Parts: sequence; structure tokens; C-alpha cells
Amino acid sequence: MDTDLIAASVRASSPEIIVIIGACAALMLSLWPHQDQQKYLTWLSLITILLASAQTLQLSPRPVNIVETTYSGMFVVDAFATYFKMLLYLGTALTILMSGKFLQTEEAVKGEYYVLLLFALAGTMIMVSGADLLIIYIGLELQALSIYVLTGFLKTRGRSVEAALKYVILGAFSSGILLYGLSLIYGLTGSTQLGVLNSALATADLSEPMLILATVFLLVGLLFKIGAVPFHMWVPDIYEGAPTPITAYLSVASKTAAFAVLLRVFMGSLIGLEPLWSSGLAAIAVATMALGSLVALVQDNIKRLLAYSSISHVGFLLLGIIAGTTSGMSAILLYLLIYTFMTLGLFAIVILLHRDVRAGEPLTLFSGLAQSHAGLAFMAMIFLFSLAGIPPTGGFFAKFYVLVALIDAGHVTLAVIAVLLSAVAAWFYLRLIMLIYIQPAEPTTGSTAAPATGPTGHARAAILLSAPMRLVLLFSFSGTVLSGIFPAWFLAMARQASLSGLGN
Amino acid sequence: MDNLLSIITFLPTVAALVMAVFLRGNDEAAKKNAKYVALFATSVTFLLSLFVIAQFDPQDTGFQFVENRSWIMGLNYRMGVDGISVLFVMLTTFLMPLVILASWNVDKRVKDYMIAFLLLETLMIGVFSALDLILFYLFFEAGLIPMFLIIGIWGGANRVYASFKFFLYTFLGSVLMLVAIIAMYIDAGTTDIAALMNHEFASGPLEVLGISIGGGLQGLLFLAFFASFAVKIPMWPVHTWLPDAHVQAPTGGSVVLAAILLKMGGYGFLRFSLPMFPVGSEVFGPMVLWLSAIAIVYTSLVALVQQDMKKLIAYSSVAHMGFVTMGIFSANQQGVDGAIFQMISHGFISGALFLAVGVIYERMHTREIEAYGGLVNRMPAYALVFMFFTMANVGLPGTSGFVGEFLTLVGIFQVNTWVAMIATSGVIFSAAYALYLYRRVVFGDLIKESLKTISDMTMRERWIMAPLVAATLILGIYPSLVLDIISPSVEALVSNYAAAQPLDVVAQASSH
Repeated sequence: MDTDLIAASVRASSPEIIVIIGACAALMLSLWPHQDQQKYLTWLSLITILLASAQTLQLSPRPVNIVETTYSGMFVVDAFATYFKMLLYLGTALTILMSGKFLQTEEAVKGEYYVLLLFALAGTMIMVSGADLLIIYIGLELQALSIYVLTGFLKTRGRSVEAALKYVILGAFSSGILLYGLSLIYGLTGSTQLGVLNSALATADLSEPMLILATVFLLVGLLFKIGAVPFHMWVPDIYEGAPTPITAYLSVASKTAAFAVLLRVFMGSLIGLEPLWSSGLAAIAVATMALGSLVALVQDNIKRLLAYSSISHVGFLLLGIIAGTTSGMSAILLYLLIYTFMTLGLFAIVILLHRDVRAGEPLTLFSGLAQSHAGLAFMAMIFLFSLAGIPPTGGFFAKFYVLVALIDAGHVTLAVIAVLLSAVAAWFYLRLIMLIYIQPAEPTTGSTAAPATGPTGHARAAILLSAPMRLVLLFSFSGTVLSGIFPAWFLAMARQASLSGLGN
Repeated sequence: MDNLLSIITFLPTVAALVMAVFLRGNDEAAKKNAKYVALFATSVTFLLSLFVIAQFDPQDTGFQFVENRSWIMGLNYRMGVDGISVLFVMLTTFLMPLVILASWNVDKRVKDYMIAFLLLETLMIGVFSALDLILFYLFFEAGLIPMFLIIGIWGGANRVYASFKFFLYTFLGSVLMLVAIIAMYIDAGTTDIAALMNHEFASGPLEVLGISIGGGLQGLLFLAFFASFAVKIPMWPVHTWLPDAHVQAPTGGSVVLAAILLKMGGYGFLRFSLPMFPVGSEVFGPMVLWLSAIAIVYTSLVALVQQDMKKLIAYSSVAHMGFVTMGIFSANQQGVDGAIFQMISHGFISGALFLAVGVIYERMHTREIEAYGGLVNRMPAYALVFMFFTMANVGLPGTSGFVGEFLTLVGIFQVNTWVAMIATSGVIFSAAYALYLYRRVVFGDLIKESLKTISDMTMRERWIMAPLVAATLILGIYPSLVLDIISPSVEALVSNYAAAQPLDVVAQASSH
């Protein structure tokens, strides 16, 4: 009997096990000096992710409303977790694909990079499958520790190291808050399992100060991880300092996993506490959107700009939680998928344009792109219009379904505020499009302009689209466009997943 | 031909895709090919659209050429035209080949330019033939992208500012409409425009943030749609994006903007505001009428002092659109008939005026009125054409401009005499600024050295103007051509509108 249980548990967590084995294999491989080492590592990581995703699909519950709980109720396999895992595979795989070029430019090719990314993936997978606050916490820390190191991966660059240090300190701080909230919950209910919490809190007295404190701490800890105002201060600095592929990973996969936890905990088990957090969350969502959109207007570094843009997207995503319905949840799931496509696509283009970390990533990197590389420019334009939420791109439907859920739940005022702020946000995306299409491709890289021997136009001509980069662009571009033309294919998946997410 | 409308709508897109995929290189041959492909595609689209008008039955006030497919869950792909929209589709398909021809001398990124215009044509036809709210919004909003690029890439010196202003003004208006669309979807459970016209939105009293909104939900929805369409058409005081956009846009862009894009606002009022929110329209109608009256007088006066020809015509467009909104919200047969007629006719006249400015701009590279004078001495054909459209713009009887203005004035006179009186004075102002412009540019002695070698219109330019002259003249002499098509649908619209009013409002209205 016991062995059966253990076997079932192992089977349920086999995708995580595959990823960890892959990470260990990559670690061994990285010790083997070879000129094609990076290529092998890339392939090994991708195969690991492919195997894991095959296994995840194999395990995916049929029919979708079945929830399989293992490890004594600490770990679940349901449609919700499956959806998020697929999203994480996508984000991580695209990050790995776009890393090769960047690491070569930076001369920072090291095996640990891929190992750490795989460990981070394992961490996020545990987060989305965790049905126990402690398990979730462990997944979160595994992910965070890997990302701390990756942020400081360019150890000869001051900015990278500085960002890593900031991230460690602030991350540890937020984890501490989360853990504190968690321990209070445990003290109040005697359990950390989400299923037990749900029933224990159903009859709880909502005016109990300890319960309020616990809810606030739990919420603050998670809001920190997704970078919502007023816990967003780390986002721009760390996005700017981290290696660009890691920035992409942070803004996509990391955030996705944190949202999965937020959804599972707050819209699932702690839904009984909704009166405690709903109005506060609404204020936070508005503040997040407003700050993200407004501050992004004055940025002159592309990575900082994308950091603020991601903050404003987080604000919009939070609106789905405020709607509090199944349709709100599926809107968030859809949004995260489309957001993954468009953000990674744009980051891939930033990496392609990036030449030298000392020059930073000024916005002028984009200027005149349309003249030298019409195809790339067109893709960048589609990604940017999508981020701004203009039809017929995916970004429009991402926002559209959130608004539908929000208005359906009666929050019309919030919806009006949200669309007005998204018009503000459109401004800075348009600014980039203007740079791409209107500014001439002159050597105008600001004060750090390259010397006369290597004007931008010349360096620009050297953009080589390697096969992995082509793959990233193909995936993200077709994802962005298809989700704009056939949004319901994607919505159907999200809807099924969210039904099971609210079920437990 | 079950899907004729879809074919017309998406043919330009197909041509644009073909061009994007197969047309390589940037040499003269490639540029020439791009122009010919675009001209061919827009011409075929126009020829196909002739089938629509030929088979269109004006007596049927419902939607015709209807296509209804389940696009994807929850959303439907519904297309169709009625008497109100069919002529806008025709206007678009008619003008696009002329616009392409007028852009024959564009030299910068010709392929991209043609692609942008072809995509824009798809989106414009889509706006006028979409029968689903979401689909309409997609077309409406996506149209911003090509126009933004057309102004931004091929525009004048200050194009960046103008294109931003254009985009953000319109976008800000239309996001509010999006919220209203979602609210309508949730209230009515459908996004089918035909069904929504029969759906009665609540008009009971409603308080929002302590302010009571007349017309209740209908009032709110009306205001949200109004935010979008008033910017688009544009009405005073949110018209300020238009002069900038016009001045900076390339000639082709100006023509499309004035002749077609502005009409989306008027079309929106007719398709959504009046039939779906009749009570809301009745409550806020007087406000719109007064705004229109202000627009007519104010922008006419502003036009009088302009130094830039395009800016002058842009302000004159705002004034003419004031007649349109006035006609629409007088909500009677003559007013609405006149508004639609005015929009169609303004499509020809303002398009032609911008083309006329383009003709001399291509030769002299300035739009300053000061830089010209005495053109009649070297450009007699041009002087004739320009004179004709100046007169049409003033509203001389015999041109289509007269019919539209007259009908809207007849319409408004029955509703609000004061507004009618003020608006009529606008007719005089319009004669003042138009003739003043004409005198300064065309008449007088040819004294400026730079103008001494200017050449008259080429064959290509004459061929572009010819259809516009013909259209303006025919519609001016025989307006029934248009009125016969629109009147039955307008009649249905107006009678439904009146029937939807609560009794006390009707009593009030009739006591005027």
C-alpha cells in the first residue's frame, strides 16, 4: 500500500524529477571542456524541457476536472498546474534559445547558466503544483536562489553584480514576510495544506487581528514577487542590471509562477478571506497600472522601460483577480500566455540589437531599424502594438477578456480607469515604434556612441539571425498574431485550466 | 456570391500580403510594380463593389449581403450592409484607386506605403460592413495602425508630433467605447448589431458618483460612444488633432483621412448612438446640436486666418462635419438624409481639395498660401478644377455640397431654430474663407519668380480629378441617386427612434 502511494507520488512529480535530472546532467556536462559545449548544453536543456512537457501532457488529467493529490496532499496535478507548467516550459525554453547569442556577445559562456535555469524551472514547477504553503515556499526559494545567481552572472559588470545584490536582499526580505504570514496561518489553523485551510477558514472570524495580519503578510510577500506597487522598487534596477535573457525570464516565467500561486492561494483556498483583501487589491492594481504607465514615459533605457511596462501589465492582471470569477481567472491565464509571447519576442529583438553592455541599452538602439532590417522592425512593431493592446494583435484580447470579466463582476469604474491608463501606456510603446520607423539609422547611440570606426549602421548590418533566434522569433511572433486572430483557441485552454484551479 | 462583402473587404489585404512576400528589392522596377499592384487591387475592389450596389435593394431596410459565421467561441464574424452603410463602402472603394494614383510620385519606401494603404482600405470597408460589435471595434481600432504609420513615416517635418496626437486622441476616445461595448455585451448577451438595435437598454434614472445621469444606462453608453465618435468625426472642442494630422500627412493620407476616416464617426452615430440608445441620444442631443453650431461658426472663423492651405481645408472639414452631426441629431428624415449626403459629398469635395493642394505642393514643396498667387496664368486647367471644388465646398447649388447643407438645415430648422440660425451663418463664413483662399492662390498677377515655370496639371492628375468632378456634379444635379438608396433605411431609423422615446419626452419634443 505504502509503495503504491510512493509510486503514485513519484509518478505525479515525474516532470519535476526529469527537469532536476536534466539539470544534474547539464552540471556534469559543463565540467567537460569542449568547444561545442554551449551547443550541447542548449540541446540537453531543450530536450529535458521537451521530455518534461511530454510527461506533463501525459499526466494531464482527463477529464480535466480531476484533481490528483499526492505526497499526502502536498502536491497536486490538475489542469491548472498543467497549463502553468506548459507556460513555464515555453518561457524557459525560449529564454534558453535566446541566451546563446547573448552569452557569446558577453563572453560569459558557462555551463552553470543552463543548470541554474533548469533548477529555476523546477522551482517554478513546484510552485504551481504545490498544494501546501510550505511546498510552495520551497519551490519559490529554489527558483529565487537560482535567479539571484543568474542575475549576477556577468560578474565583471558592475551593474549585474549590483542588481544581484539588491535582488538577494530584497528577495530575502520578501520571502521573510511571506514566511511570517505563513507561520501565522499555521498558528491559526494548525495546517499549511491549502485544502485544510479552505475548510478551516470557512468559519473563521474575519475581524480576528491575527488573521488580518497573516493575510496581509501573505499577500505582501506574493505581491513583492510579481512586482506590484508599492513593492515594485526592485523591478527596474534588477531588470536593467540582469543579463537580458534573465530579464526576459524574470518578466515572464518568474511572474507567471508567482501569479499561479497568487491565484491558487487567494482565489482558491483563501477565497473566504476575500473581504479582507479585495478592496486593498483594487487600490494596488490601480496604483500599479498608473505608476507603471506613467514612469515608463520618461525612461530612456529599453530594459528599464520594459520593466515599467511589465509593472503596468501586472496591474492589469491583478484586475482579473479582483473580478474574482472563473472568467476573471481564465482571462489572467490567457493574458499570461499572450504576455509570454509578446514580451519574449521583444526581448529577443533587444538581444539581437545589443552589442556591448557598456553602451547600455538606450532606446536609440531601435532607431532606424526599419531601414536596415525591415522584417525585424515589423515584428518589433507587432510586439509593441500587442503590448499596447491594439487589435488585431493578441495583446488586445488579453486585455479584452480581463475587462469583460471585470465589468461582468460589476467593477465598471475600475475598467474605465484601466482603459484610460492603458491609453497612457500606449504612448511609450508608440515612442519605440516611432524610433524604429521614423528615426534615421544614424550613429546616434547617445553619449556612449561608438567611435567613428564602427558607426551604428555598420554594426547594425552585422545582425546575424542564428537558428535558435529565428525559432524564438517564429514562436513569439506567430503566438502574438494567432492569439489576435483566433483568441478563443487559446481561451478554451485557459478556461479549462481555471475551472480546476478554482475547484480546490 | 454569398461572401461578396468579405471578398471586397479582404482583397486589398491579400494584395498587400502578396506584395509583402513576393516583391523584393528597392529599385525602380520594384517601386513601379508596387504601384501597379496596388492600383490593380484597389480597382478590382471597386469593380467588385459595383456588384454590391447593383444588387442592393433600397426598399429592404434590413441588412443585405449578410454573412454570419461563428468565428470562434463567443465571437461571430458578421458582415452586411444596409442603406446607411452601403454608400460608405462605395465611397471607400471609389476613392482608393484615386488615392493610389495620386501617390504615384511617392519615392520613399513605396512598397511599404502601398501596403499601408491597402491594409487601411480593408479596415475601412470592414468598419462600414461589420455587423458585430467586437468585429466593428477590431476594424475601427486597427485602422489606427496604418494611419499612424502613414502620417509618421511619409508625413511632413512635424510628423512625429502629429501622428502621436492623432493616435492618442482617437485611442483615448475609443477605449471608453470598448468599455461600453463590453457593458452592452453583458447587458444584452449578444454582440450582434442587428439584435442590439432591437434590444432596449435600460433608461431609468441612474446615479454615478453622486451625479444623476439622464437616460440612465443608455445615457452612459451614449457618452462612451460619443467620446469615440466625437473625436473621430471630429467635433469641437476635440478637433485639434485633425489640422495637425492633415498638415503633416502625405497627400494620399490627407485624402483618406478627410474623405473616409472622418465618416466613421458619423457612421458610428447612425449605426449605434441613434438606434441603440434613443433615449440617451434624446437627452444629450441638444448638447450635440450646440456643439455642432459652435463648431460650424468657430472653425469657419479659424479657417479664415490660416496661412497653410491644408490647415484651412482641415478646419473647413471640421465645420462641414458640424453640419453632419447637426443633421444626425436633429433625428428627422431630412436631417439624417442630409447628414449622410453631406458625408458622401464631403468625401468627394474634401478629397479633391486635398488632391488639389497636393498638385501644387508637388511642384513647389510648400503649402503656404503666401507663396502662391496668380496661378491662373500658367495653370488654367488647375484653376478651373480648383474653382469648381471651391464652389462645391461653399455649397453652390448644382454641386453636391449644396444638397447636404440644405437638407441638414431643413432638418435642424424643425428641431431648434436658434441652432439653425447660427449654423446658417456658418454657410456665409465658409464662402468667405473658401473664396479668400481661392483669390490668394489662383487670382492676381503672377509676380513670384518661383512660380514662373510652374506647369499645369498632368494627364494623370486630370484623370484623378475627372471622376471626382463628375461625382460632385452628378450628385448635385440629381441627388436622388443617393437619396433613393438611403431614404428607406433612414426612414426606418427615424421612426424607430421616435417610437423608442418615452411618452413625456415625445410630448416635450412636439411642443417645440
